[in-house]
This record gives sequence, C-alpha cells and structure tokens, in this order.
Amino acid sequence: MTITYREALREALREALTEDERVFLMGEDVGAYGGCFGVSLGLLEEFGPERIRDTPLSESAFVGAGIGAALGGMRPIVEIMTVNFSLLALDQIINNAATLRHMSGGQLGVPLVIRMTTGAGRQLAAQHSHSLEGWYAHIPGLRIIAPATIEDARGMLWTALEDPDPVLLFEHGSLYNVPGELAADAAAVDIDRAAIRRAGGDVTLVGYGGTLRTALTAADELAADGVEAEVVDLRTLRPLDEDTVLDSVRRTHRLVIVDEGWRTGSLSAEIAARAAEAALYELDAPIERVCTAEVPIPYAKQLEDAALPQAADVVAAARRAVG
Amino acid sequence: MWWPRPGGRWGDVADFLMPSLGADMDEGTILEWLVKPGDVVHRGDVVAVVDTSKAAVDVECFTDGTVEKILLPVGEKVPVGTPLAIIGDGAPEPPQAVTKPEPATKPQPLASPPVRTFAKQAGVDLAAVHGTGRGGAITRADVEQVLAPRARRPEPAGVRVSPYAKRLAGELGVDLATLPGPVLHARDVHAAARQPVQAQRPQAERPQAEQSMRQTIAALMSRSKREIPHYYLSITIDLQTALEWLHEYNRGVGVQDRVVPTALLIKATALAAAKVPALNGHWVGGAFRPGDGVRLGLAVSLRGGGLLVPTLADPGALALNEVMRTLSDVVARARTGRLRSSELAPATLTVTNLGDLGAESVQGVIYPPQVALVGFGAISKRPWAVGDLLGVRPLVTATLAADHRASDGAIGARFLDALDKLLQRPEGLR
Repeated sequence: MTITYREALREALREALTEDERVFLMGEDVGAYGGCFGVSLGLLEEFGPERIRDTPLSESAFVGAGIGAALGGMRPIVEIMTVNFSLLALDQIINNAATLRHMSGGQLGVPLVIRMTTGAGRQLAAQHSHSLEGWYAHIPGLRIIAPATIEDARGMLWTALEDPDPVLLFEHGSLYNVPGELAADAAAVDIDRAAIRRAGGDVTLVGYGGTLRTALTAADELAADGVEAEVVDLRTLRPLDEDTVLDSVRRTHRLVIVDEGWRTGSLSAEIAARAAEAALYELDAPIERVCTAEVPIPYAKQLEDAALPQAADVVAAARRAVG
Repeated sequence: MWWPRPGGRWGDVADFLMPSLGADMDEGTILEWLVKPGDVVHRGDVVAVVDTSKAAVDVECFTDGTVEKILLPVGEKVPVGTPLAIIGDGAPEPPQAVTKPEPATKPQPLASPPVRTFAKQAGVDLAAVHGTGRGGAITRADVEQVLAPRARRPEPAGVRVSPYAKRLAGELGVDLATLPGPVLHARDVHAAARQPVQAQRPQAERPQAEQSMRQTIAALMSRSKREIPHYYLSITIDLQTALEWLHEYNRGVGVQDRVVPTALLIKATALAAAKVPALNGHWVGGAFRPGDGVRLGLAVSLRGGGLLVPTLADPGALALNEVMRTLSDVVARARTGRLRSSELAPATLTVTNLGDLGAESVQGVIYPPQVALVGFGAISKRPWAVGDLLGVRPLVTATLAADHRASDGAIGARFLDALDKLLQRPEGLR
C-alpha cells in the first residue's frame, strides 16, 4: 500500500482514537480545518468535537490542559502547530511535564504525547523554520522521537502513547507529502533503537527526521564512487541509542553527522562527543558534522538552500573522512 | 628582507632565505651551493639546490647583487625562512676606522612603543624578531610568536596519526615512526603490517628484531582469535597412490630435482583453493573479498624461534618441479632473512606443515585478514580400511581452520574433499 507520511500519521491517530477511549487530540485548527498540515483532516467528522478539540491560540494554556488531562488519567495527544510555537509552552513542557514524576516521588506521571512540525526547507523564513528538537533532547524526563519513514510515522504514535511519561514527536515539515510503501499489517514500532537504513563499510552517516533523506541521497552518490556509506537513522533523540551509532563507527571507523540543528551545542555535538568518549580509538579520521549554517534561516530560496545541510555537503564531508 | 646596513652607508643587502617550495614544506636542506662569496648574481639565477625531503629543487635568487656571505653549510636542515646567505650590492665595505660604528648606531628594528615595552617586559630581544608589519615593523604578534611559537602555531610535528591507526599499530606491532606522513590512517598501518618487519634485518639487530617478530605474531594472532570466529574441519587422506606416483617420478629425475611430498601437498592446496574461491581471499571492512588468483602463504618456522610467511605466487600454475624449486629456495632464504619483496605480498590463503616434527594435525590460527588456514600433519603409516580389508597406508591429516564470517562448514568440507580428490590423482599435479 502506497501512502504519504501525512496519511501514515493520520492512520496512527485514527488507530489510537479507535483503540483507546482515553485518547483525544487537541491543538490549533486540528478540528474544523483538519490541522495546519492536514494531518487530522476528517477526524473531527469521524470522532466528534469531544475527541478532536480545537483550542484557542495559547500554547501554554492547551499544553497545560493536556498535562492536566494526562495527570487525570487521559491519554492526550497535543498538536503544536510547529516547534517554533512550542516556545510559548516551554514552561509547561519543561517545568511541569518533564518534572512531575520526579517531584512527586513517582506518584504522578504525565502520559502525554505532543506532536509538532519541525524544520526548514519550505521558505517559511526565520521564525517558522527552527529545528529545536535537539534542545528538547537536552531535558531529562522527556522522550524525543523523530519518525523519518512512513513505517515510523505509522507506528511510533501508539508506542509513544504507551509510555507513562511525556513523549515529544517531531514531524519534519518536508516529509508530509513523501509517499512510501506501508505493509497492510503495519503496527506499532519500538521507540528505543536507532535503525540502520543502509548498510556499508566505509563511513557512517548519522541522520534523523528530515536529514535521513539527505544522508541516503548522499550515500547513493558515494556508492557511485565506490564509497559504501552506512546510514543510521537515530529515530529516538532522547534517550540516544548510542550503541547502534557506535557499533556502526566500530565497523566503518569514520563518522559524519547530519543535523539540521545549528552546530553549536547541538545534537550533532552530543553524538560527536559520545563517539570521542567511547570510540576514539576506532576513529580513523576526524568526525565530520554537516549542520545548518549558524544564521537565522533565510527566506530566499537560494539562501535557505545554502544554509541547510544538502546531500552534496554530506558527500564532501564523507569524502574528507574517507580520505 | 631589506635591512639598513651598518657603517654609515645605506647600502642594499638582502638575506637569501630558505624558501617554501610547497605548502607542506616546513624545512629544507642545502644540498649544494652553486655560488660562492664574491660571485655576482642576478634575479632568477639558480644559486643553490635544496632538498625538500620530497625532491631536490633548484632555488633561484630574487635580487641582483653580490654574494657576500654563505651562512648555511651544505647538509644542514633548517626551517623555512632561515637566512642562508647574504647578497649585497657589491660595494666595498667602508673603512671601519673612519666611521667606527658604535653599538648605538646599530639599526633599531622598527617597532611601536607598546610593542617595545611588551618585548622588554617579556625579555625578548627585538633584534631577533622577524617583523611582519608594515615596512617590516615588528608587531606584538611577532613578539608573541617568538615567545610561544608552539602554542601559537601548532606545527604538525612530522606525522599525524588517527587514533584508530595508532591503536592498530600497537596491536599489529607496526612502528609508526617508519611510516611516511603527513597523515596516517588505518590503511597505512595495515599495509605496513603486511610487510614483515623482520624480513631484511641486519644481523646485529637480531635480538630486537626477534622481539618485534614475537610482538607482531602476538598482535596478529590475538587479533585473529579475537575477531575471527574459527571453525575447524579435518580429513584423513590416503597418500598411497600419491607417494607411489611420486616415487616413480623421482626415479626419472636427477637427485637435485627430486620432489618431496610437501611440494605435492602445496600444489594440491593451491589448486583446491582455486576450486573453492570462498576460502581464498580477505575479510575486509565487514565483507569477503575474493583473492585475485591464489597467493599461498607458507608458514616457515625459524630456527631461533618465530615464523615467517613468505608468499608463493600461484603455485597451482607451476610445474611440480618448479614448485619444489621455489619451495626449497624460499624456505632457505626465509631462514636467512633474505626474502624478496614479491614474497612479502599479502597471501590469500596460508598453509602450514608441522609434519616434520611428527605432529599429527594442526588446528591453525588464521592469519588476518585471510579467511582460512590449511594445516598438514605428519605423513605416517597407519591402519586404514581399504575396501573391506584393513591395510597399512601412508596417511596425512589435513585440517582447515576457516573464518565462519566468510564461509560455512559446507564450503570448508568441499575444500577438503577437493584436496583429497586432487591427491588421489597425482598425475594431475605434475
């Protein structure tokens, strides 16, 4: 069955709403409008306004309400239109959702799933193009997942809802229209392990979410030159599946990290640091990072392209590493 | 660099400096001076030959003038920028007695007051500082350069080694100091590890070389047992037919051309490896790479301990007497440390024969990155079922240690079967 990433997400929502009556979806324009990116189109008609709830434009309020509902025994899915607007709910996410289990001595859990769009590449300019998932991956008490494939878009939500603690699910905006094959019996997938999306022995390319495709495209180009790249999809950004990444490095001895976040203090820095801590004597070349240029994301198409990690940049970095 | 000249006269004097003859050249050696003091030189004249460690390069001079003094003798290695000679305008020195230069009239290097203060505080003599500012003026950075040249500009002192390459070098017993830079990766270490370091050792260094051979063997064998999931198979081969045939063969040739059974076993092994290519090659980067032809490594034990594994290029393609000749030649030279570079090429399969000492079979350790090792024990007469009767036959136990990553037991069994069949039809090994 060929469906788009968007449809896979919708199927996951539909399944969750059908299977568990504690599940409901709320967010800006998720109901009558069908979601800013069309993910929840048709769900209001199918499940009614009690379970598909349009909220006022106040991220702090509706994320807070989601936390309250989760504490009260519900399994809320909160959609924040994009990660850029989640900043208005940072206090709720970081000071409440992430901390309550700890502060209540384990008495209270917040089984909340927050979905949001992340990333640039669609000429939405500096205020609508952030890739801040790396920031959230800094916070203990949160689990951060980033489906990059149709299968993960379909399967990660249910597993996230099973988690007794808050899970933030990041959907890269460039992926919604991407079609792909999905098995008819596709089901929940794990949200613990990174995945090797392409095997190769010469260099490890690490990506996630929107940068997985960049890495895979680069790997194809490298293969044409006889360089076999192994592509690791992180899938879960916190807790990081260090083992899968480092095992790959132990095979290839070269590491290139592709991250749409800015380089400084980023997820790519974290991975590089862990490779240096745990696999230094496996590295046969300096670690390479391909990140977004350290500027606010430009609006102009050619400038935005220049700022973001492109497959050609990954190819160049991999060539430097392979030497 | 132009300096005002002492002695009350502003003549033009140029230092002729060690040039940078390439982005990666840090120092050079004068191989030859083509001028001597008093020679008149012109811009573009070749004045010296410099060894850049890559090549000998003719070096031109950039000024017209007369060579006043050669500062650096032939053979000395100096950093880029070191003055090598002084080239002046050829005007005679003014009589010293007339003007009698005072120390105070020595030209003061150009430097701003704050830089002078800084240099004074830091105890740096400005005369020794090379100015890079406007008009050759000395800047604060120039003084700092003198103060902490290492901290300011980390010289890639010789060779940089990747951490993985460094680790491998330790494991494989490769001396990194012997490898050419500027950057060493794992592949350089692997390449060096394939060249047995002890191959051409001078006699005097024997104990040390033996030590290093022990370490090489230790590193390689540890790596083999650590990384390679070995599986072992063995077969007992009846050599009656082969030995009878060999006996007949030897009757027809002169004493010096007689062939020993080992040569037969080696040729059969090479031919069997060609028939079962999955055991002939290397496990590299997580995958099997079949060998390009059969290059058979031959484990040769040395009398003083240790072993060498010279490579025989495709013994399967040689006539049996050629195999024999090569075998005795290589073994003799391996034991006197005079192997040729072609015999140090990486083998695709190794064979070891411990039968001389009576051992019945060998459960070998594979020589990485190869994927198999063939062992032969002693050929001895033993009871053996022949048809439905018990006979006494010359038997040899052939063993195979193989890398289970690269092949499975069935492949190994096919190899041993091929080996047996080849030895049952010795005329095919002629």
